Amino acid sequence: MAESHGEAKGQKAGAHTEAEGGHHGGAFPPFDSSNYASQLVSLAIAFVALYLIVSRIALPRVGGTIDARQNKIEGDLAEAQKLKDESDAALKAYETELANARSNAQAIGNETREKLNAASEAERKALEEKLAAKLADAEKQIATTRTNAMSNVRGIAADAAGAIVQQLAGVTPDANAVNSAVDASLKG
Amino acid sequence: MKIDPIHQFNIEPLFTLGHIGNHTIAFTNSSLFMFIAVLLIALLMLASGRDLVPGRLQSVAELSYEFIASTIRGNAGAEGMKFFPLIFSLFMFICVSNLVGVVPYTFTIATHLIVTAALALLVFFTVLIYGLYKNGLKFFKIFVPSGVPIYILPLVMFIEILSFFLRPVSHSVRLFANMLAGHIALKVFAGFVAMLGFSLGALGWVGGVLPLALTVALYALELLVAFLQAYVFAILTCIYLNDAIHPGH
Repeated sequence: MAESHGEAKGQKAGAHTEAEGGHHGGAFPPFDSSNYASQLVSLAIAFVALYLIVSRIALPRVGGTIDARQNKIEGDLAEAQKLKDESDAALKAYETELANARSNAQAIGNETREKLNAASEAERKALEEKLAAKLADAEKQIATTRTNAMSNVRGIAADAAGAIVQQLAGVTPDANAVNSAVDASLKG
Repeated sequence: MKIDPIHQFNIEPLFTLGHIGNHTIAFTNSSLFMFIAVLLIALLMLASGRDLVPGRLQSVAELSYEFIASTIRGNAGAEGMKFFPLIFSLFMFICVSNLVGVVPYTFTIATHLIVTAALALLVFFTVLIYGLYKNGLKFFKIFVPSGVPIYILPLVMFIEILSFFLRPVSHSVRLFANMLAGHIALKVFAGFVAMLGFSLGALGWVGGVLPLALTVALYALELLVAFLQAYVFAILTCIYLNDAIHPGH
C-alpha cells in the first residue's frame, strides 16, 4: 500500500523535476520518493559492508588489542606482586638472620668476657698471694732488722749511759743497773 | 542573493546502476557519503595501530569500542553484547556520517527520513524477531506490566502496544528532524551574513557580525548534536534490545 503510494508520488515528483529542468523547486528533497529506492539500495550495500567489516575484522582486532593490554597489565601486576612477596620474604629472612647473628655475637661476647674475667681474677689472686708472701717476708725482714737495730741501739745507749755516768760522777756504774735503766727509758 | 536552505538536501544522481521494476537505481551523492562514512570507519578501525601504548588514532578506535561496549552492558546487560557489532555499526555509521555532514559542501545522509527509517526498522525487526525467537510467546509480556490493577490493564496494554509499534517512528524521526533542522538553521544564519553584506555594503558586513557569531555558535551545537543523536540512536537501540533479551518488566 505504502509502496504504491510512494511510487505514484515519486513519478509525480520525477515529472515535476524534469519539467523544471533539474531544479528541485517544488518537492522537499527528503520527502521526494523518487530517490527512495536508490538510497535504500546504497544504504543496504554500505551498511552490510560496514557490518561485515566491523563484526569480522574491526571489533575482533580492537578487542584483541584491548584484551592483550589488559592481560599484559594483569600479568605485570601479578609479576610485581610476586617479586614484592619474594623481596618481603628475603627481608624477613635477612632480619631473622641478623637477629640470630646478633644474639650469637652477644653470647660469644659474654662467654669471652667471663673467660677473660676469670683469667684475670685468677692472675690477680696469684699476684696478690705472691705480693702478700713478699710483703710478709719483707715485714719479717724489717722486724728482724729492727730487732737487731734496737738491740744495737740498746747496746749503744747502755755504753753511752755508762760513759756519761762515768764522766759526770766519776764512777763506773753497774752494768746491770745501766741496762735496766736504758730498758726502762726505751720502753717509756 | 537568495537563501536556499533546502538545496543542500537535494539528491543528485551521479550515475545509474540499474533498474528494479520501475525504479531507477542510481549512485547518488547520498550513496557517495554513505560509502565515505564506511570508508572512514574502516580506516579508523583497521589502520590504527595495535600498540600496547596506543597513539591518537588507536585511542579513538579503542575509546569508541569501549564506549559502545559499556553502553550496551549498562543498558542491555552482558547478553546484549551479542548485538555489539550491530550497535557499533549503527553508532559509528550515524556518528561519522553526521560529523562529515557538518563540513560545508558535504551531504548529510541522516537528513533523509528514508535512511533513518530504514535503520530504525532494522532495529525494530531485530528486536521483534530476536525477542520472539528467544522468548517465544513470553516476549509479549513486555506489553503486560506487572503490578497493574486488572481493571486498567487493558488500557495500559493498549498504550504499551501502541508505543511499541510507534518506536521506529520516534526512533527515526528524532534523528532525521534533528539533523534536518540543524542544517537548515545553519544555512539560514550563514546566508544572512552573505545577504546583509551583498545588499547593504559596508554597513551590512558590520551588521553581519551577529548572524556570523550565531552561525559559529550553532556550528558548535551541531557538532554536539551530530554526536549526541548517534549516541541517542545507539542507546535507544540498547534499551529496545533489552526488552527482547529480558521481556519481564
